[in-house]
Amino acid sequence: MQYIQPLLPAYPELFLLGMTCMILIVDLFVSDDSRIVTYALTQLALGGCLVITWITSSAEVSYTFSGMFVDDLMSDVLKLTVYVAVMVMLVYSRPYVAVRGMLRGEFFTLALFATLGMMIMISANHLLTLYLGLELMSLALYSMVALQRDSTTATEAAMKYFVLGALASGMLLYGMSMLYGAAGTLEITRLAAIVVERGTTDLVLVFALVFIVAGLGFKLGAVPFHMWLPDVYHGAPTAVTLFIGTAPKLSAFAFIMRLLAQGLGADLLVQEWQQMLVVMAVLSLAVGNITAIAQTNLKRMLAYSTIGHMGFLLLGILAGDLVGYSAGMFYVVVYVLMSLGSFGMIMVLSRAGFEAENLEDFKGLNQRSPWYAFIMLLLMFSMAGVPPTAGFYAKLVVLQAAVYAGYVWLAVVAVLFSLIGAFYYLRLVKLMYFDAPEDSAPIAPRGDVHVLMSLNGLAVLFLGIFPGWLMAPCIEAIQRSFAG
Amino acid sequence: MPTENLLNLAIWTPIAFGLLVLATGSDRNAPAARAIALAGAVLGFAVTLPLYTGFRPELNGFQFAYSQPWIESFNVNYDLGIDGISLLLILLNSFTTVLVVIAGWDVIRTRVAQYLASFLFLSGFMNGVFCALDALLFYVFFEATLIPMFIIIGVWGGPNRVYAAVKFFLYTLLGSLLTLVALIYLYNVSDGSFSLADYYQLPLSLEAQTLIFIAFFLAFAVKVPMWPVHTWLPDAHVEAPTGGSVVLAAIMLKLGAYGFIRLSLPILPDASHVMAGFVIALSLIAVVYIGLVALVQADLKKLIAYSSISHMGFVTLGIFIFNAHGLEGAVMQMISHGFVSGALFLCVGVLYDRMHTRLIADYGGVVNSMPVFAALFMLFAMANSGLPGTSGFVGEFLVVVGAVKASFWYAAAAATTLVFGAAYTLWMYKRVIFGAVANEHVATLTEINVREFLVLGLLAAAVLAMGLYPNPFAETLHTSVNDLLAHVAQSKIP
Repeated sequence: MQYIQPLLPAYPELFLLGMTCMILIVDLFVSDDSRIVTYALTQLALGGCLVITWITSSAEVSYTFSGMFVDDLMSDVLKLTVYVAVMVMLVYSRPYVAVRGMLRGEFFTLALFATLGMMIMISANHLLTLYLGLELMSLALYSMVALQRDSTTATEAAMKYFVLGALASGMLLYGMSMLYGAAGTLEITRLAAIVVERGTTDLVLVFALVFIVAGLGFKLGAVPFHMWLPDVYHGAPTAVTLFIGTAPKLSAFAFIMRLLAQGLGADLLVQEWQQMLVVMAVLSLAVGNITAIAQTNLKRMLAYSTIGHMGFLLLGILAGDLVGYSAGMFYVVVYVLMSLGSFGMIMVLSRAGFEAENLEDFKGLNQRSPWYAFIMLLLMFSMAGVPPTAGFYAKLVVLQAAVYAGYVWLAVVAVLFSLIGAFYYLRLVKLMYFDAPEDSAPIAPRGDVHVLMSLNGLAVLFLGIFPGWLMAPCIEAIQRSFAG
Repeated sequence: MPTENLLNLAIWTPIAFGLLVLATGSDRNAPAARAIALAGAVLGFAVTLPLYTGFRPELNGFQFAYSQPWIESFNVNYDLGIDGISLLLILLNSFTTVLVVIAGWDVIRTRVAQYLASFLFLSGFMNGVFCALDALLFYVFFEATLIPMFIIIGVWGGPNRVYAAVKFFLYTLLGSLLTLVALIYLYNVSDGSFSLADYYQLPLSLEAQTLIFIAFFLAFAVKVPMWPVHTWLPDAHVEAPTGGSVVLAAIMLKLGAYGFIRLSLPILPDASHVMAGFVIALSLIAVVYIGLVALVQADLKKLIAYSSISHMGFVTLGIFIFNAHGLEGAVMQMISHGFVSGALFLCVGVLYDRMHTRLIADYGGVVNSMPVFAALFMLFAMANSGLPGTSGFVGEFLVVVGAVKASFWYAAAAATTLVFGAAYTLWMYKRVIFGAVANEHVATLTEINVREFLVLGLLAAAVLAMGLYPNPFAETLHTSVNDLLAHVAQSKIP
């Protein structure tokens, strides 16, 4: 027991690692017809993690692996969201990947390894752990994008993703090495203490900051480091797009929190990265929302909308205080919820040999299936930030954080761009409700997909009426993890 | 009778019934959907009646208050309460919903459940706006009304419905998003409160007040709509189905004016005084210029839409001259305009359902085939031109009296509406109803049926009642109006 007990904060990761290795072996003995075994085991593994994280969760901050790994309330909340997002992703994508010949063991094990990488990122308290988690997640995602070997767009997307991802990792590493040179430590909490002592007089620190922010910008998909995002979202199989577009955003948020807020959160440095984030936020809002208007492909449109949303997320983070961080956290969780639903909807409408990825494919959805049209309506209005949906409160808290930090002009810019954003979300609603259907294929998803999809849509509405249910845990998590 | 839940009932009864209506599903169950919707609308109106009987007009402040914490981490409360002004608007809204449900009874044949549910949701949301005493709650309800109206115009509207629906949505969203920023700013300077009561006491510098006023103004002026941001309204009205036009004109436009009364004036009294000249100028332009524009319209619905803008100019004029006559007149005008414009759109709907044209030129001599309809239409046309004895007179008269107190020239310009209003309404009436029978379609028109008679008859009764005996309305308003004026008179500059 004496060897096991100190590892308590990392129990979920260890459990997932063990389960993933087991699934890797079990899958060798599973035929294509009984792939459900792998699927069930995968869900079981994630469910197990959920239970473990839930049980071991505490408001206290605890460290393990000689301070390289941290378990605080923020990591617990984010991890729980990651599990749920991955589980939902698997349910949505199972029928989709099955008819496209991708329902193999690799799909599940890669997804689990990526999940593990995200968990490590979320809990990292050391620049190496952080990087380890990032690479574990990224490498698994690169190969998932390329899972459809025969598809040229998918391989092209994978290539782009890999090259630009490697570039971003290189920048991050470079920045981290400079940090190490300046501070002499890689441990984030100690780094923070040293940075406070040294202040910004140290040019190396500011230099390191530039590289790190650029690397983060790549991972987040913020302008001007966004070029990979639309191509990857478009080229990847929708199931993988759904995956990339959801859970990794949570880990990216944690990544920013750990590095910028925790490691480089000294007052003088905050001012330095605040300026960079302001530029990135405004550009992301502008490019994301304006370019999305010109898209006819829904996956591309959602990719640009993601860029716009990341701009909003940065708006919360750049406030540089607890209000802003909890706003950012609320935003990212709500964003994941909406993203799951919208990409899931593309898969619900797709069938063997047909991808419902163009805007036109949603024409007249209200006449084909009023219920799904209604869910998509909720999701779109939520993305646009119209009450009473969850997306409205996400925007509200982020804007509040920006105004609280003194950036009233930024809030005005943000709402103006979100007005432009409303236009293309409305266009989809218009196609679904005002136009006549061109496609008459019945929409009959599997029972589990139907139930989850409905819950997903209703959750957006529910959180729009009772946003406190999610807002309170976010504020609590940030306060417990960062105050003091 | 427990009174604290009455406002909750007023908001949530229509919404709950809307959900029930949606649950009936496809058009095979249309009769059931209609029955449930009617029950919901009637019940929704019935639960607002105790508000009137239980309301004590002599009391200051808000009545039937109900408060629950809503988003605790943000200190947002679900605060409800009404004064005389909101009471009348709630009654008007719930009453209109009943009429709209009846009016769409056999006119709407596709996606009936969704149509009726949209109106019930809309009714609930708008009652929410009139009841909300928390700025965020107000904003949520205010914005939520956009979704059903967008769907109503876009799905059941005319040929150019998509353009009109998107224009309507984006136009109104633009203004309200800036309002959101202003509310967030207020939240921060008030140390984390969204309560309107706190805002009423909050000292603000003139500069801050002016900026916030501009943000509010954009939202509310678009909604009213005031010249020159009125251009979405004629499009929306022309394309919307009859029910949509009725709700839009009768209630939705009032949201803007109500916003001025509930938010701009009491929160920003100094900025309101500074900006009053500007607002009054825009109002007078609306009254005079839009009145002239209405004169030359060839389309019936457009004519009434422009007449609405012109009449709403009276409302904003009355609000911003800051005296009891003007403000009371403005609210009376809002209520009266709700009855009259709703009735006129219903009249156009009656004609359109039979002839499928809205062009004035296609009509003529309708009185020969539809005498009862012509009589009712006459009453509403007279009310629209402000004939004494009808509801239209009361509001306009009070506003003009108030305007004289403020400045003779305001009154002189405003009073021209009595000429222009009569000119465009009566000239339109003459061309449509009188004269020789224009064509064989007009000759074969059938008289209005019982359902249509019921709807128009109810409205006619309301128009006459308010015109002949406006006292109950005025009494409900007195205290609230004076209370509001007391707020406006008090400077908040620290």
